[in-house]
Amino acid sequence: MCLAIPGKVIEIREENGLKMGTVDISGALTKACLEYVPEIAIGQYTIVHAGFALKIIDEEEAAESLKLWDELIKSGAFDVNDEPTDDR
Amino acid sequence: MKFIDEYRDPARARALLDRIRLVARREWTIMEICGGQTHSILRNGIDQLLPPNVHLVHGPGCPVCVTPLETIERALAIAAMPGVILTSFGDMLRVPGNSKDLFMARSEGADVRVVFSPLEALQIARDNPQKEVVFLAVGFETTAPANAMAVRQAAREGLGNFSELVSQVMVPPAMRAILSSPDNRVQGFLAAGHVCAIMGYEEYEPVAAEFSVPIVPAGFEPVDLLDGILKVVEMLEAGRSGVVNAYGRVVSREGNPEARRVMREVFEVADRPWRGIGVIPASGLVLRPEYERFDAEKRFDVGHIAPRESPLCKSGEVLQGHLKPSDCPAFGRECTPQTPLGATMVSSEGACAAYYRYHRSVRS
Ligand code: SF4
Repeated sequence: MCLAIPGKVIEIREENGLKMGTVDISGALTKACLEYVPEIAIGQYTIVHAGFALKIIDEEEAAESLKLWDELIKSGAFDVNDEPTDDR
Repeated sequence: MKFIDEYRDPARARALLDRIRLVARREWTIMEICGGQTHSILRNGIDQLLPPNVHLVHGPGCPVCVTPLETIERALAIAAMPGVILTSFGDMLRVPGNSKDLFMARSEGADVRVVFSPLEALQIARDNPQKEVVFLAVGFETTAPANAMAVRQAAREGLGNFSELVSQVMVPPAMRAILSSPDNRVQGFLAAGHVCAIMGYEEYEPVAAEFSVPIVPAGFEPVDLLDGILKVVEMLEAGRSGVVNAYGRVVSREGNPEARRVMREVFEVADRPWRGIGVIPASGLVLRPEYERFDAEKRFDVGHIAPRESPLCKSGEVLQGHLKPSDCPAFGRECTPQTPLGATMVSSEGACAAYYRYHRSVRS
């Protein structure tokens, strides 16, 4: 119950006066209420919980933080020289 | 799938783990609040991959677990009344009361239905005007906006046959209760990403300051969790407290203002009992007087309810991080997911159930 799953909005409509949409969650099409993300557009990603879209995923922020990690990995900043890296 | 695969990438996870091993010099105990995170940590073996001086304890953030037995018994009593359709999320319907669960009540003839959203319960109410439709509304700040919207919508449409049996709880008061306990061992927190998606993290700032702890909102995938753990360990090693966000793609400081507004419009803060822990002051949400007519507790008189908890169960101490599930003498013996004795075994997101499922019986 407590999962918040990312998905892509593929349709927006109105039902009973509420903004509703269809969200593609890993291929499964799910109905979600979009009232709390009124500015959301088709093609944007959101996280869905209890049938409601909670927040639009900030794609720019996501790309930036991934880039930062990957640069750190490449530059060797995460390499551990004074400790074994095997699993315990 | 975008926004999932990148955060399950083994190279990134390995790099973060290496970094944690490098940074963590002393013994630290970190609590993840959310049951979804507990489940992900155990499923991905993160607890076993961390260096032995970084300990994870598991918090009270499973709504199914902390819903009082009294509420389950009340739901069973309401479901047994004629003309009632009782609805809830599937995992709520499996929680055993003293004699049965809601699925068993259904096999005995009660009309009990699984929904994925409170708006589905509302639709059942529209479709069945001659019936009373009750939604068992449990959860943290993540479900509160959904449950609030259903009530507001029922009011707008004048749906007189819809009500909610509300057991809503909130994270910050539970954190305070844990940190104030004389037996507390928690030195830093991973905050639940989806709770912070709604609430933001501004309300964690005073908690971090008052108790001098680091609090890091984090997501649910392995890379998200490891990034969160790394940030907590870095702050602990540096002797810093405060809130640092590790889930920037979803969490902002102020959260979702519209969701918070509707929550506040429909619910107000009240004292609330937590299963296994007891009453935590100002930790729950109840319907405001303007929406009282949608309160199933007021609508259906079921008389006095006196549930009995197992005397063997130590779930209160598990929920506060004092004990690990495997420290409970009943774990895996009298108490299993098939025969749960307490809060943390009843849901797959409860710490005891997750330990059982992923065989964490020896390591403590
Ligand atoms: S193992 Fe069962 S009895 Fe022991 S604390 Fe967990 S839920 Fe309670």
